[in-house]
Amino acid sequence: MPKVIFVEADGTRHEVEGKNGVSLMEIAISNNIDGIEAECGGSCMCATCHCFIEEDFSAAVPAMESDEDEMLGFTAVDRKSSSRLSCQIKMSDDLAGIEVNLPSEQN
Amino acid sequence: MSDPIIIVGGGQAAVQLCLALRKEKVETPVLMMSEESEYPYHRPPLSKSFLTGETDEDKLLMRPETFYASKQVAVELNTHVSAIDTSERTVSTAGGEKRFQSLVLVTGARPRQLPLPGADLSGVHLLRDLQHSKNIKNALEDAQHVVVVGAGFIGLEFAAVASGLKKTVTVFDMADRVMARAVSPAISSWFEKTHQGNGIDIRLKDSVSEILGESSVKQVKTVAGELLPCDLLLIGVGVIANDDLASAAGIECDNGIVVNEFCETSVADIYSAGDCASHPNPFAQGGRIRLESIQNATDQARVVASTIAGKKMPYHSVPWFWSDQGEHSLQMAGLSNSADQFVVRGDIESDNFSVFHYRAKQLQSVDSVNSPRDHMLARKLIGGQISPSLEQAADITFELKSLLP
Repeated sequence: MPKVIFVEADGTRHEVEGKNGVSLMEIAISNNIDGIEAECGGSCMCATCHCFIEEDFSAAVPAMESDEDEMLGFTAVDRKSSSRLSCQIKMSDDLAGIEVNLPSEQN
Repeated sequence: MSDPIIIVGGGQAAVQLCLALRKEKVETPVLMMSEESEYPYHRPPLSKSFLTGETDEDKLLMRPETFYASKQVAVELNTHVSAIDTSERTVSTAGGEKRFQSLVLVTGARPRQLPLPGADLSGVHLLRDLQHSKNIKNALEDAQHVVVVGAGFIGLEFAAVASGLKKTVTVFDMADRVMARAVSPAISSWFEKTHQGNGIDIRLKDSVSEILGESSVKQVKTVAGELLPCDLLLIGVGVIANDDLASAAGIECDNGIVVNEFCETSVADIYSAGDCASHPNPFAQGGRIRLESIQNATDQARVVASTIAGKKMPYHSVPWFWSDQGEHSLQMAGLSNSADQFVVRGDIESDNFSVFHYRAKQLQSVDSVNSPRDHMLARKLIGGQISPSLEQAADITFELKSLLP
């Protein structure tokens, strides 16, 4: 299975396996990675699964839809150009080895 | 070993408590006792994507089973707490008595039943937990004529699902508009029209007076006297707070477990949060209310954790809610019941607009249809007690974000 590397705000790295078709948020939750809260369970309602996608993969992740774009204006840690909601990105072969940086706060 | 913090309940607030207690560096052992047979799961899909098959059961779990051990939380499922002894600081279960250092009652709420003739027939459903949703999902396979009593969030979400599955759907509500307790008339009328446009028959100021059938429901009789075919009936007429356990233990209850702004009950070291907690809410002019929402459950769980950690952070979160009905997303921020003026932002004839509610010229709440940006802005504005003027709110060219610090 392709690998995903989650990096917490304090630099702690977690290398885990991610099944294709499963969202980065779900992969983080199922591996007990703190730093993703996902209170709404992936409904794109709460902006508590904010993450930063490493530049090398910015072209490989699917483009964001307008709802996600708007929610990202209201994250606990300010949005950067690499910001995404991890519930909206599904794992695929193209994302094998992706590094996902997590913010210090989600709410 | 010191006595644990015992959590009674296994819903959204319970999971958030496990996270928040450890984030607050509280190191006391935690024991979660839940009556349910599953680890805590997401409820919103139960009236929507779980029924359509879009969300599988294994995706419903809020956290994997390993999460609890990783947070030093012991979990006892299928465990009914029958009594609390507040002076001995124990809870009783079939397995005996357990002492607690702190007790957190996150017992939630249960769906209100209707005492109608025939309500015990098979084919009559309530919707709150996973088993309810599984029963309904099975029943939907063969059902043709679906009747819903109650045009609230659950009733309308389910009606939209059933209609999407090509069932004949009729929704009853005694009020003169849908979601009357929760949203403004403009929103009610937009959803009423939209659901009707999708073939759902919405009957207001009417209800079911009798459920007819031999062992399973075959027909319903309406208050207006009509007979309708029915093979699946959902009763969605609100919930009752699960405060019986607290009340029997002498903890003050009044339509829910009474707590102060720190989520403390009338008994020291006993706390409550979520659907069951009757709390003072700054967004309800300080009045005591209960809120049935994920926002309230998670934010109050954080308040409990901070109180236990000795930090005492009062509860002052902006209430927010959502309801996905068919293709449409309804999002609400703030509480609208006391509003005296409202203004529409966007075009109500389009599928994207918001209604801004004011009380004495101060923004109270915003209901948004397919407008997540308005909703998120509203949460910030209301939380910061920032009021756009009525003219600014109505003017879509005015950038509301410019009012934020």
